[in-house]
Amino acid sequence: MTHHAPPLRRSLPRLLPDRFAAFGAVLIVLVVLAAVLAPWLAPYPLDEVRPLERLRPPSAEHWFGTDQVGRDVLTRILYGGRTSLFIAASVLAVSALAGVTLGVVAGYAGGWLRDVIMRVTDIFLAFPALLLSLALAVVLQPGVNTVILAIAVTWWPWYTRLSASVAASIATRPYVDAARCLGVPAPLIILRHVLPNSLTPVLVQLSLDAGGVILTAAALSYLGLGAQEPTAEWGLMVQQGQTLFTTNWWVVTFPGLAILLTAFAFNVLGEGLRGALDIRSGGARQERATQEPASAERPRP
Amino acid sequence: MIEVRDLKVRYAGRTVADVPELDVGAGECVAIVGESGSGKSTTLLALLGLTEGAEVSGRVRVCGVDVLEAPPRELRRIRGARAALVLQSPQAALSPATRLGVLMRRALRLHGRDDGEPAMALAMEAVLLDPAILRRYPHEVSGGQAQRFAIALAIALGAEVILADEPTSALDVTVQAEVVGVLRRLRVERDLALLLVSHDLALVSTIADRVLVMKDGAVVESGPAARVLAEPAHPYTRELLEALP
Repeated sequence: MTHHAPPLRRSLPRLLPDRFAAFGAVLIVLVVLAAVLAPWLAPYPLDEVRPLERLRPPSAEHWFGTDQVGRDVLTRILYGGRTSLFIAASVLAVSALAGVTLGVVAGYAGGWLRDVIMRVTDIFLAFPALLLSLALAVVLQPGVNTVILAIAVTWWPWYTRLSASVAASIATRPYVDAARCLGVPAPLIILRHVLPNSLTPVLVQLSLDAGGVILTAAALSYLGLGAQEPTAEWGLMVQQGQTLFTTNWWVVTFPGLAILLTAFAFNVLGEGLRGALDIRSGGARQERATQEPASAERPRP
Repeated sequence: MIEVRDLKVRYAGRTVADVPELDVGAGECVAIVGESGSGKSTTLLALLGLTEGAEVSGRVRVCGVDVLEAPPRELRRIRGARAALVLQSPQAALSPATRLGVLMRRALRLHGRDDGEPAMALAMEAVLLDPAILRRYPHEVSGGQAQRFAIALAIALGAEVILADEPTSALDVTVQAEVVGVLRRLRVERDLALLLVSHDLALVSTIADRVLVMKDGAVVESGPAARVLAEPAHPYTRELLEALP
């Protein structure tokens, strides 16, 4: 297939989200680098407490100031990024693995198998995500692992839904028929043809969701049900600093900005990916059409 | 190679294909013609037991296997390896994220063949395709190349029967001629049984020995291609012929 240069009017709206997407991607790379290199970048040791330097405003020694026990805020934000990104990556990996596996099987198989899988999925979807996470976080010991488990439990059904609808449309494609005509057994067809060709919308969704997971994790921490002291985690930092907002704004503002910026970057990248994959081929466009209802219905936690 | 008696395919109580008799021997080419929805593609799928959710009765033997009675494993073994299906939209029939060579190698392995590379090279040669094409993705080849690749796949797997569902209707005229040329030559060289489904009577007249005309799921006329196309007995066949440009 050859693509001719599109007229300006058509290409402008394509270019715009792409620039945003590139911006988001750069931002994400920076955040990830900052988190990974935290031990080298951080100006102070993670848990160094200096009671005499409590609540210092931003200065040359403490760019983002110090918190209520005299810890460097910049240092904790850098290390906090590790926690937040680890939570996001774990939640999405677990959700996508479980959700997409069930989804492609349901979508390809159809019939009673699809009904069983989708009804179970519906049950999980019936619980408000944040509430179910809350309940789980209360029952289990609060902590990073609990946050991951709690969010993943409420997150995977979306991937099942999304990939089931995509897989159902893939299952009617001629190349799937062709594979069946070649005598390829169903599990192999799912693995080799349905799964790889269903992944595009999943990738987009993963990117769009990363911001949401970070926000949810921050919310759980904020409510005291997530990461616990002395773990550095953005939501936790906001929660601990909230009473100081009017007097010592930096304690809460910088971690808040870190959450905002990271969530924003992932969303922008996701939107850009969606746009980019949308124009590349007719196939992707069709896939998106089936994907949209699933993602549009989704309430943002 | 293909032997059909009293084949009836019903979906939800409605008969969509009713074929009292259809035989294709080695080296023979039979064409099923008719308009869209006349049941010709359904008949083809029924020959490989691929009519899911349909009620199929009668007797169907393909390569000596009783398709309606055989267990799924047995059916999977003949699909592709002994009786290959060539579909209408050649590119859409190739999994977009898989290189053609990978696809062919997997197909060979699936049918327990370990002579991958030489078989692939021979098959590509048989359909006059550059083996370099095996390194390409489906969207990087033309429709004619994709269709010849589909035929090469059948050849590599050693198919004795090729079932072709509108194999040329998605291609432009010059490319059609290429594909038909390949099919016609292979049929002679390899003694292939060729069952062709098409609405293109011009194509049919150049390649088929015998013709079945289907309308609304029923066979309205059948016989030697030369006779059916020259002196059609059924008004519907005459209609089809008059529709020719």
